[in-house]
Amino acid sequence: MESNNQRLTNIVGWGADLEPSKRPAYPKERTPPRFINPHWADKPSQQVPRFRVFKSIDLPQLTPIFGTSVPPQGLSGAIRSWAYKINENKARHWFLLLFADRVNVIEGFFSDLSKGYFPKIFSEMGWKAEWKYNRSGAVKKMAIAGGIIGLGAFLLMRRRSPQISWAQEEYDF
Amino acid sequence: MLAMTYQGPYRVRLERRPDPFIEHPNDAIVRVTRACICGSDLHLYHGLVPDTRVGSTFGHEFTGIVEEVGPSVQNLKVGDHVLVPFNISCGSCFYCQKELFGNCDNVNPGSAAVGGLFGYSHTAGGYDGGQAEFVRVPLADIGPMKIPQDLDLDNAVLLTDAYPTGYQAAEMGEIKEGDTVVVFGAGPVGIFAAKSAWLLGAGRVIVVDHLEYRLEFVQNFAQCEILNFKEVDDIPFHLKKMTDGRGPDVCIDAVGAEAAGSTFHKLTGLKLKMQAGSATAIQWAINSVRKGGVVSIVGVYGPTFNMVPIGNAVNKGLTLRMNQASVKRHLPRLIEHIQEGRIDPKKVISHRIPLEEISDAYHIFSSKLDHCIKPILIPPSSMH
Repeated sequence: MESNNQRLTNIVGWGADLEPSKRPAYPKERTPPRFINPHWADKPSQQVPRFRVFKSIDLPQLTPIFGTSVPPQGLSGAIRSWAYKINENKARHWFLLLFADRVNVIEGFFSDLSKGYFPKIFSEMGWKAEWKYNRSGAVKKMAIAGGIIGLGAFLLMRRRSPQISWAQEEYDF
Repeated sequence: MLAMTYQGPYRVRLERRPDPFIEHPNDAIVRVTRACICGSDLHLYHGLVPDTRVGSTFGHEFTGIVEEVGPSVQNLKVGDHVLVPFNISCGSCFYCQKELFGNCDNVNPGSAAVGGLFGYSHTAGGYDGGQAEFVRVPLADIGPMKIPQDLDLDNAVLLTDAYPTGYQAAEMGEIKEGDTVVVFGAGPVGIFAAKSAWLLGAGRVIVVDHLEYRLEFVQNFAQCEILNFKEVDDIPFHLKKMTDGRGPDVCIDAVGAEAAGSTFHKLTGLKLKMQAGSATAIQWAINSVRKGGVVSIVGVYGPTFNMVPIGNAVNKGLTLRMNQASVKRHLPRLIEHIQEGRIDPKKVISHRIPLEEISDAYHIFSSKLDHCIKPILIPPSSMH
């Protein structure tokens, strides 16, 4: 049986970075920084916002650079605005943002409909791949979903039918 | 342009979005040639990251060709083929001046705790990502790196996050010669962490997961021992038995917020949102590592709080280290490793999927279908 040392010598590159000086992030903090050469003195010039950019109240001012992915809008935007008035240390700041995300999903659905587009939800969830690579799982999921929908429909109808008969009885009376 | 857009938990689609444009003098516009889906993208996809807005484009691992540069850009020119680190950094703030490029103070208005990341919600700056035909790259003089001629494009895209993050995970473990290192998670980052542990001089490397095909892969790729946690009753106890009763010297969490293995953590962290994701891997790491050992965390967690056995960490005198990878400082050495043949990162790529099939790509990766380890997305213009 080969010894541990023999085994290690068979591993390509073993110990190449054993010396701390070879390790690229050693020491953890390193000044002046290597590999970069910023040509601004203190910080980059300020990017100009095109739409409302929320700023954490834990920061002194808007950062010089920021993303412009999706502007806040609608009810979700109002909830986000509320969330960004709360310190990051507070859990409600984050829970409000998560809540806004869920509201935003509903807004997105209606936004699609308003443009005459009905979202292909199964396609967006990758069901083509599920069918291709996990057909039995897909069938199982569909059966479970069908069962839940069927059960729900049955319960709804069962609740409704006595009301109808009661109304009819009353009418007959 | 064509771009992946988020529509809600477990729902993404390809849409036409307006082309990005120069918004700051140091911006560049890059035409994407390769983009990956990262395991941490799945936290966005599953709706776990606050302020993930419908319509936003994910993707923080990408390479591309510079199409346009802002008036103050000096280091790049049109036509340069670049790899773009996932963290956006200014190069001049308190943190960048210490080479902590993942903690830049000047690029994320949404949070004081998080740096700026491409395609990772407004909590991480609100930047669109690279799972698109084009992407705006801010601070183009700091982050992007021209891809060396002899570097394979598939290896280049893995240098934007997965490989540096795995390497930094091992490096933060402060591995000494002969140390026993346990890596939780056999995803791409865990695979690279295991391989990097050898480069740092480990004497024994054990990778823990529950997906047999990934364990088989890492066993071959990183020549390590493997452990399927579904086959043992208690992971910390088992790891101690494997290591003369003491426990490993270093434990690495390369899993993050969606860890399997504990019903309690999955229920409280993922279903009820009572904690910021499932902290199973951290719990196992703290409870497994030997007294005085090191726990290194690169798994991504949410911003609120997690139930972790911090009392045990205190009583055992552990060192806990963690951070987003500071990609820029790792690049020269990691490229050397590739060039010297010590590692060939592109072997982890299991799927090459056209950008047009983005919904299926996310589902395949999320549900671990077809033995998926790392999917790479190819935009239409780079298909040939």
